[in-house]
Amino acid sequence: MIFKRKLLAAAAMLALSAGAQAQISGNVVKIGVLNDQSSLYADLSGQGSVLAAKMAIEDFGAAKKGIKTEVIFADHQNKADVGSQIANKWYDAEGVDVIVDTPNSGVALAVNQITKDKKKAFLVSGAATADLSGKACSPNTLHWTYDTWMLANGTGNAIVKTGGDSWFFLTADYAFGHALERDTEAVVLKTGGKVLGKVRHPLNTQDFSSFLLQAQASKAKIVGLANAGGDTTNAIKQASEFGIVKGGQNLAGLLVFLTDVHALGLEKAQGLIFTESWYWDLNDDSRAWTKRFAAANGGKYPTMVHAGVYSAVLHYLKAVEATKSDDGTKVIAEMKKLPTDDPLFGKGTVRADGRKVHPAYLVEVKKPSESKGPYDYYKVRATIPADQAFRPMAEGGCPLVAAK
Amino acid sequence: MTEIFGVPTQALFGQLLIGLINGSFYALLSLGLAVIFGLLNIINFTHGAQYMMGAFAAYFLLNKLGLNYWWALVLAPLAVGATGVIIERLMLSRLYKLDHLYGLLLTFGLALIIQGAFRHEYGSAGLPYSIPEILSGGTNLGFMFLPKYRAWVIVASLVVCVGTWLVIERTKLGAYLRAATENPAMVQAFGVNVPRMITLTYGFGVALAGLAGVMAAPIYQVNPLMGADTIIVVFAVVVIGGMGSIMGAVITGFGLGVIEGLTKVFYPEASNTVIFVIMAIVLMIRPQGLFGSR
Repeated sequence: MIFKRKLLAAAAMLALSAGAQAQISGNVVKIGVLNDQSSLYADLSGQGSVLAAKMAIEDFGAAKKGIKTEVIFADHQNKADVGSQIANKWYDAEGVDVIVDTPNSGVALAVNQITKDKKKAFLVSGAATADLSGKACSPNTLHWTYDTWMLANGTGNAIVKTGGDSWFFLTADYAFGHALERDTEAVVLKTGGKVLGKVRHPLNTQDFSSFLLQAQASKAKIVGLANAGGDTTNAIKQASEFGIVKGGQNLAGLLVFLTDVHALGLEKAQGLIFTESWYWDLNDDSRAWTKRFAAANGGKYPTMVHAGVYSAVLHYLKAVEATKSDDGTKVIAEMKKLPTDDPLFGKGTVRADGRKVHPAYLVEVKKPSESKGPYDYYKVRATIPADQAFRPMAEGGCPLVAAK
Repeated sequence: MTEIFGVPTQALFGQLLIGLINGSFYALLSLGLAVIFGLLNIINFTHGAQYMMGAFAAYFLLNKLGLNYWWALVLAPLAVGATGVIIERLMLSRLYKLDHLYGLLLTFGLALIIQGAFRHEYGSAGLPYSIPEILSGGTNLGFMFLPKYRAWVIVASLVVCVGTWLVIERTKLGAYLRAATENPAMVQAFGVNVPRMITLTYGFGVALAGLAGVMAAPIYQVNPLMGADTIIVVFAVVVIGGMGSIMGAVITGFGLGVIEGLTKVFYPEASNTVIFVIMAIVLMIRPQGLFGSR
């Protein structure tokens, strides 16, 4: 009942909106970090994302500015139904104003819809599917760190250009894998390559040998791994065992995180080429931030997902300050208006379709002999400027943009 | 090239072999479970965690003490088995008089605690562990590239499985064990220390899980969750084979590995559900399992 009354009140407020004094609901900006806390994506997001959100609040100086904040978190277990349930409960009963992170595109798409229905705010760092700023775009969602189009464009282009023109895909069988495979295939075909075959494996697969044999039999030059986290590391580890690379085929990890390279060890990971939108060793600012992060994270270094959560929450709080409101739709609109600026991603913008744009980096994993210290894993081979790193707005099919 | 259902026979042979390799792990793990259930009547849900501990033990032996894979193959199962003995003495031994469910609850809780502790300490992305030098590389069999390490896994697990079966079914010690499950009081009266025998049996079953963990370390990730992901399948294997039947567990382990491997060729999307479908069918037609009595 109380909720219904609140909803009515909120609706009335919206209707009167323009002149009315905006407010912060419950007098506190409540941030819910919803991600994988226990399974294959827990290291690349998990508690690190909670820490990143807290660091953003600290650096923004929320307390000094008189904005009360609170961070809570939950484990969606990579299940869309569990994630939806938590999102509903958070929005309806616990006064959560914004949900952040949410890796696993399946879960993210579900939360995207719920957030839109309830007119809250959703800042995506961990999920990859480019549909979040494409056909599933929403006035209440921003897609922050990276997406499947960016990965496909960066890595796919680089590989086809160096002669890798026939592909076989190992694809995680859910929204994310499908999107990554689709976007990469488009790049491969566009640049004159061909796709010889693909196989869809269940999320969280231990043994890839059957799939690797199929990839081997296809004789494709490139085995594209359209998966992430533990699936990618398992596939790479077992590919070396089955002599895939020795047999003249090459692996393309389409989404690889720092934590995956750490889990593989440089010996196995060396030479891998992939695309990231952030790396801890980019510049002095990112190194300084990483030092603070690692100290509070048991020595584990941040991934681009953690950096994205920090950057997104910081920008969100700026918009809350500017609008003096935590109304989802309003704050997201303000976030699109304000230029972004933070120590990790530098200056940037948020597009009308909800896509945050910044440069992307094509990186190569170092040889063990080249690595000088802990987590010194990447060489940056090329920087893809912000205006080329992401899918052009017109091609995404986002209804928000088409309406204009 | 000849084809069966649109799949070249060569590829099919490859997949059959892969299935056997995965089956080796199922067989090793379900063997331990079957031994423990058959002799202690405990449904050991900690098995997955103990398998994971085996892999971690191998990792620690290598990185902290510099002891290689072959040492790990001996020491890790001993260490994991020793933790099993402690668990049995301190906790499980108090539950034998109670319903099965209590043992299940206890071991399940322990599994969650152990996995949680490892995850807290080492994260969920896993740790690297390499294949021993002598077993790296492989041979081209014509129809597939067979890594030496995988061949070793099949052979080693077959030896262990058959050895265990022989000990329990064909030796005096095995006879004591089987007698003790039938009538502990009578066996005790003959001067056999039954509680100690049961403790050691649990330790042995757990050590088997640890051994499987060491064998898995070089090919899967050394990961706190590796057991949780595998154990559910292994339980299905045991249920299909028939609870407590040792031969049943071994044969079903290998057989289901093969079926799962073939599913990955014909319909990969179903590869992680096919075993449960089979389990449901078996339970409907033959509730005691394929090799179970009663």
